[in-house]
Amino acid sequence: MLSRREFIHLCMSTAVGMSLTEYLIPIMHNAIAQSKTNKAPVIWLELGSCTGNSVSLENAVNPTLEQLLSEILDVRYHWLLNVANGEDATKALEETLEKEAGKFWLVVEGSVMTADNGRYNEVFLRNGNMVTGLDAIMDIAAKAKYVISVGDCAAFGGPSAAHPNPAGAKGVWEVVNRQVINIPGCPAHPDWMTGTFSHLLFYGVPELDSYNRPLMFFGKTIHDLCQRRQQFEDGIFADFPGGEGCLFRVGCKGPVTHADCPLRQWNHYVNWPVKAGAPCIGCASPNFPDGMMPFYNHLPDIQTPFTALNVKKIGAAMVALGTGGVATHFAVGIYKKRIHKHYVDGTKPLEVSEPETLEQAKKELEELTKQKNALLAKTRKLEANHPVRHRKWWRRKLAEIFQGKDKNED
Amino acid sequence: MTKKVIFPMTRVHEPLRVDVDIQNGKVVDATVGATLFRGFEIMMIGRDPRDAALLTQRICGICSSAHAVAATFAMQQAFRLSPTLNGQHIINLIFAADIIQNQIRHFYVLAIYDYLKGPNMPPYTPRLEGDYRLPQKLTDELMAHTKEGMLKAMRAHEMLAIFGAKIPMQQTILVTGVTEQASADRISAYLGILQELTDWVENVYLYDVAVLADYYKDYYTIGSTKGNMISYGMFPQPITGKREFPSGVIFEKGKVQPLDTSKISEDIRHSWYQDDQETRNPIEGTTVPDRNKAEAYSWIKSPRYEGYAFEGGPLARAWISGEYQRGTGVMDRIITRAQETLKICRMAQDWISQLVPGGPTLSKYAVPMQGEGAGLTDAMRGPLGHWIKIKDSKIVHYQIVTPTAWTFSPRDNQGKRGPVEESLLDTPVANTEDLIEIGRVIRSFDPCFTCAVHTIDAPEHKPPMTL
Repeated sequence: MLSRREFIHLCMSTAVGMSLTEYLIPIMHNAIAQSKTNKAPVIWLELGSCTGNSVSLENAVNPTLEQLLSEILDVRYHWLLNVANGEDATKALEETLEKEAGKFWLVVEGSVMTADNGRYNEVFLRNGNMVTGLDAIMDIAAKAKYVISVGDCAAFGGPSAAHPNPAGAKGVWEVVNRQVINIPGCPAHPDWMTGTFSHLLFYGVPELDSYNRPLMFFGKTIHDLCQRRQQFEDGIFADFPGGEGCLFRVGCKGPVTHADCPLRQWNHYVNWPVKAGAPCIGCASPNFPDGMMPFYNHLPDIQTPFTALNVKKIGAAMVALGTGGVATHFAVGIYKKRIHKHYVDGTKPLEVSEPETLEQAKKELEELTKQKNALLAKTRKLEANHPVRHRKWWRRKLAEIFQGKDKNED
Repeated sequence: MTKKVIFPMTRVHEPLRVDVDIQNGKVVDATVGATLFRGFEIMMIGRDPRDAALLTQRICGICSSAHAVAATFAMQQAFRLSPTLNGQHIINLIFAADIIQNQIRHFYVLAIYDYLKGPNMPPYTPRLEGDYRLPQKLTDELMAHTKEGMLKAMRAHEMLAIFGAKIPMQQTILVTGVTEQASADRISAYLGILQELTDWVENVYLYDVAVLADYYKDYYTIGSTKGNMISYGMFPQPITGKREFPSGVIFEKGKVQPLDTSKISEDIRHSWYQDDQETRNPIEGTTVPDRNKAEAYSWIKSPRYEGYAFEGGPLARAWISGEYQRGTGVMDRIITRAQETLKICRMAQDWISQLVPGGPTLSKYAVPMQGEGAGLTDAMRGPLGHWIKIKDSKIVHYQIVTPTAWTFSPRDNQGKRGPVEESLLDTPVANTEDLIEIGRVIRSFDPCFTCAVHTIDAPEHKPPMTL
């Protein structure tokens, strides 16, 4: 059995050609064979959703869905997978509620529809009456051991709650009065789901950020991990999706989106949007989709009073490699609602709840400073060898930051 | 008379309530109602048109690329642009991969447990009792195939991601093509998986379907509709725009007629919406939700063509192309779905051989100040239409009529049933406690309510369009 540290290390590492599930299955298998743990009884409730997260989870499974079902989860109710219909299916649900109270996990896919007392979404019959998704979740969440939201809709409202939100869609945590573990993404990456489920099974609740997202998957921004990051540093920007260079100018929301897509990639390590020339649309963000639109327009520019402020605080290292701090600035930007002026007319941002940001921003800044110092030390050595090139590079960066103009601006 | 309610109808995408009246072991009346409302069309108003393909595919996680394709076709018309040669081929390849995935997953994850007993553990238990006719040996063989089937559906999604970046919710399709390159390694990766899937569909999927059809012969007649079929066509060729699957309509198993979209209307008598006029051309539709409306029982409106209900999907496409005209029952739907999967695999091989490695997959463009367009394509389960209108480079009107709305529509103001309601009539029911037969009929349509349930907000008139 792995130690918790080893497990988290495994989740965060991404060896090419293997999915996390493939690593996890044998570990699960051993643990269960040695009776170190039992499969978790699961009620999977689908509310205002598109079924995309269930489909995404099906993509995770290698070799089969049965394997995941037989090694990790004991799925009692999941209407895409339940063989029984109607009454027989809800009986399985009721039995789990009764017999496994306090033990079962509630996994929610899709947002809670609150318009007209929840009657815009009805999910099953109880004693001949239509039960709304809103009522079902209030009832079931109260009895569950863990409540886990998969996908951006369940976590934060997501596309179902896009302005003007005609059905009153809300994230699960806004409705239930308890901790909800959020695994966002549109859809959530299968590894994020299986990794979190496994952590819950063996070690309990994983370390979470201020949005209750597992830090092992959502601890860094896409921008920090991106393969095109160097092009950003070098000032090489694509002027249309599909072009060479960093996609920041054509709308990439990587700098404000916390997820590890660049390392993990999608569909069995085949590809991911930025690698395929498509800007990140920030689908794992609490502000998705309204706060990320228009998808093909870029975020506000780097130069802000905040840059200067941070520069003063952090010192010369930050200035030297200034744009490196951009992720943090954007995170703060969202918090300060500076980015809102970029919303389309007619759409309105979701209420931004207490951030991400300050906690995470602080952490990031610390980390960045460390990285930059290390880099700077290296740069000094290099500088001795290539004095001319580096002086130019420094000068350009400094000019960009202090003059705040960019020739690539459209 | 026994009245039974099945809610939730499981192994379909999203909430579906089915009410049946059973008399002397047969269904004599049925209603089907969807119970989720989100309202995507309202959400589209005021947004940047370029975002339409990305946001509308969030309507459905199982056929996301179908919405992306329809939105892209609508924008092509509105922007007066057409994709590059490579671009159109790759859009077709992405869409084809998603259809292959959908058909395999529909059969092996959703439909097959109506006909054979799965493993003895949740969620495969409890199961419905009924006539499981396959001998044990064949059951074991098909169960082994279901495991492969899930793997192959996953492979189809990997194949899609080669050009589509990720799936569900691909991200590379733009108005003039795709952002991914047509490089040699991408092409060979796609081709490798495609070859594997083609062989498998030919040797295993079609075989399994043939086994079921052999043992469940009565299901050729059970679940029949009158034979009104509709298709918008799909997979346009680059430059000519001619569609590999032709569009058309068939009245009561008759001759194929050209499609005229001005004959389409939507009715709201039995849907939870209010309006001063019950029937409108979808282009002039309005939407005010009213959950308390007395006669209503569904969030789906009733699309009609010349006032009649129509079925779409693989069976309709097979009838319209003239390749299969045996019947309109449950097995006919399952068989044509499998046959079409093989046909699409072979078409994809053809398109990929026409790709020019390294050639441009898109051209640059800007959003026009105004424009309007209709994006019509067939999705996996039937005709899908997106209508867009742009003013000041913003969306002022967005309209979607989905495949499941066609097949699962409630009654209209003439009292005419939707195709599924009609197909449930006369379905024999052995045991009113289990109703396994009802599930077989319903699932043969591959229903998906995530996309069926939508709203319309379109006060402005648009001239009818003829394909």
